[in-house]
Amino acid sequence: MIEDGTIAANDPARASSARFPVPAPSPAERRTRRRSVARRRFVNKVVTVGAWTAGAIGIFFMGWIVLTVVRRGIGAINWAFFTELPPGPGDPGGGLANAIVGTIVITFGAALIGIPVGFFAAVYLAEFGRNGRIATAIRTITNVVLGVPSIVAGLFAFAILVRPLSHYSGFAGSVALAFIMLPVMTRTAEDILNLVPNDLRESALAIGAPRWKATMGVIVRSARGGLITGAILAVVRVSGETAPLLFTALSSPYWLEGLFGQSGYFGGPTANLTKTVYDYATSPYQNWQDLAWGGALVIIVTVLGMNILARLIFQRGKEWH
Amino acid sequence: MAPTMTDTVESRPQIAALRVSDVAGGQRVADEFDALPSKLTVKNLDFFYGKEQALFGNSVEIKENRVTAIIGPSGCGKSTHIRTYNRIYELYREHTASGEIWFDGKNILAPGTDLLDLRRRIGMIFQKPSPFPMTVFDNIAYGLKLHFKLSRSELGDRVEDALRHAALWDEVKHKLKEPGLALSGGQQQRLCIARAIAAEPEVILMDEPASAIDPVATAKIEELMERLKSEYTIVIVTHNMQQAARVSDYTAFFYEGYLVEFGPTQQIFENPREKQTEDYITGRFS
Repeated sequence: MIEDGTIAANDPARASSARFPVPAPSPAERRTRRRSVARRRFVNKVVTVGAWTAGAIGIFFMGWIVLTVVRRGIGAINWAFFTELPPGPGDPGGGLANAIVGTIVITFGAALIGIPVGFFAAVYLAEFGRNGRIATAIRTITNVVLGVPSIVAGLFAFAILVRPLSHYSGFAGSVALAFIMLPVMTRTAEDILNLVPNDLRESALAIGAPRWKATMGVIVRSARGGLITGAILAVVRVSGETAPLLFTALSSPYWLEGLFGQSGYFGGPTANLTKTVYDYATSPYQNWQDLAWGGALVIIVTVLGMNILARLIFQRGKEWH
Repeated sequence: MAPTMTDTVESRPQIAALRVSDVAGGQRVADEFDALPSKLTVKNLDFFYGKEQALFGNSVEIKENRVTAIIGPSGCGKSTHIRTYNRIYELYREHTASGEIWFDGKNILAPGTDLLDLRRRIGMIFQKPSPFPMTVFDNIAYGLKLHFKLSRSELGDRVEDALRHAALWDEVKHKLKEPGLALSGGQQQRLCIARAIAAEPEVILMDEPASAIDPVATAKIEELMERLKSEYTIVIVTHNMQQAARVSDYTAFFYEGYLVEFGPTQQIFENPREKQTEDYITGRFS
């Protein structure tokens, strides 16, 4: 029988806890120790239960949202949804094909601007500027822009691209989205690049590689997985935005046609999924509302899919470490 | 008697003279010392981390085709010292060095130095093996492609050559297209040595090359050093005194940024002139 304040040491059924027996305490010690152990156990229990509860609440509400969207939207998903133009109010059939295409094009355009600029900015910040004054200033500005509400990005694009040219355009929408994407990409990429150990930087330089070659060929290569993940996540972040597109790309019931015409990317309003969902959901027509649910479902599934993709790529990239 | 580590800066011994003539057999060694050409001559090297001085007036001669070991307690400036030889410290803005390091008739601390060429001729192996995130073949080829114009077949030959020199060829010859990071620790370190050798350096600096790998691999690397000695000048920083005694011809003992004593390894270990050296060697402080 082990002289010990705790029960576990004397209980053969819980022999494993007796593996590291505590030396026998004096009677005075025993009083205080027994109290403190019991108290610690109690606090542990409370916090564990609290954490699980919080998690459960979060999952519950998220699950509810997803299930509602799936339930309401699945009915609208059919082949026509992905191939046809929107119907008139109350008319049967139709789909949101133009909006889907529009979102893809606008997001792609935003990525073309935001990702490379963000990447090179991050390379500058992580490799060359480091703690210098310019780099610190850039970081501060990036952090500020990161926190700016997305509608401000839309206003900015409106002011520089829509007002002067007197028409909406998908391109203006892309610029607004890029404005949001840029600080996200810069921050993420800089963090990823900072994870590359200094040993690798020094090894590349020690072999006589010029700075830019060492940076691009070795360091960026080493951070490849993380950078791609960061890019995908930045794209995902903006693909669900509505506010920036409200007065830049607006929306349109027609197909995207060409570049400069009335329905062109640079020429006129471009249909997109998020604005369409907004318009149709707030409309009084049942068939439009159903289509809106379908659109919401497509958005959720796409965001989920891209998140999974990003995670897979990141895992594969880790094999190189 | 307390060791001298509590001495004030003012009472520290002056920089040890490079003559070793007051030791048994010392005259012969001294003659050899004078007769051997010096690959690197360091004169009054000071180093600063920002405002804090880390190296104080180091002066040493690194002899050609010999292994020079740099020993001393942790934080005494050993690594800092050899990192000035290839100016790798310049990666960090606040690190500055002053003084002179003469290599091939030029002071490499002077502003106009061609760093890319310097780093090719003075290669460096780091404590933690850092293969590039590429295949084994590409790791070696990276340095080759940087400095030489080679055809595909020549490239293949040179890569094999470097791997043979580093005693790694037999182990990786069927694994050339695998990632360098898939090799074991000891193999990775030898890969880094092969990578450095491929660029045809004249000096190889090794910053505690064996401290992060297992003893068997360490033995292989020490064996490698013995063979490489005839073609390259090697400077090795090590906190393992037995290793220094085993592999080196000359040893420099550093303490808190000062070069306390420098001489033939046998003399340093068997008959050190400075009390601090003796205290360190006999393990009174480390």
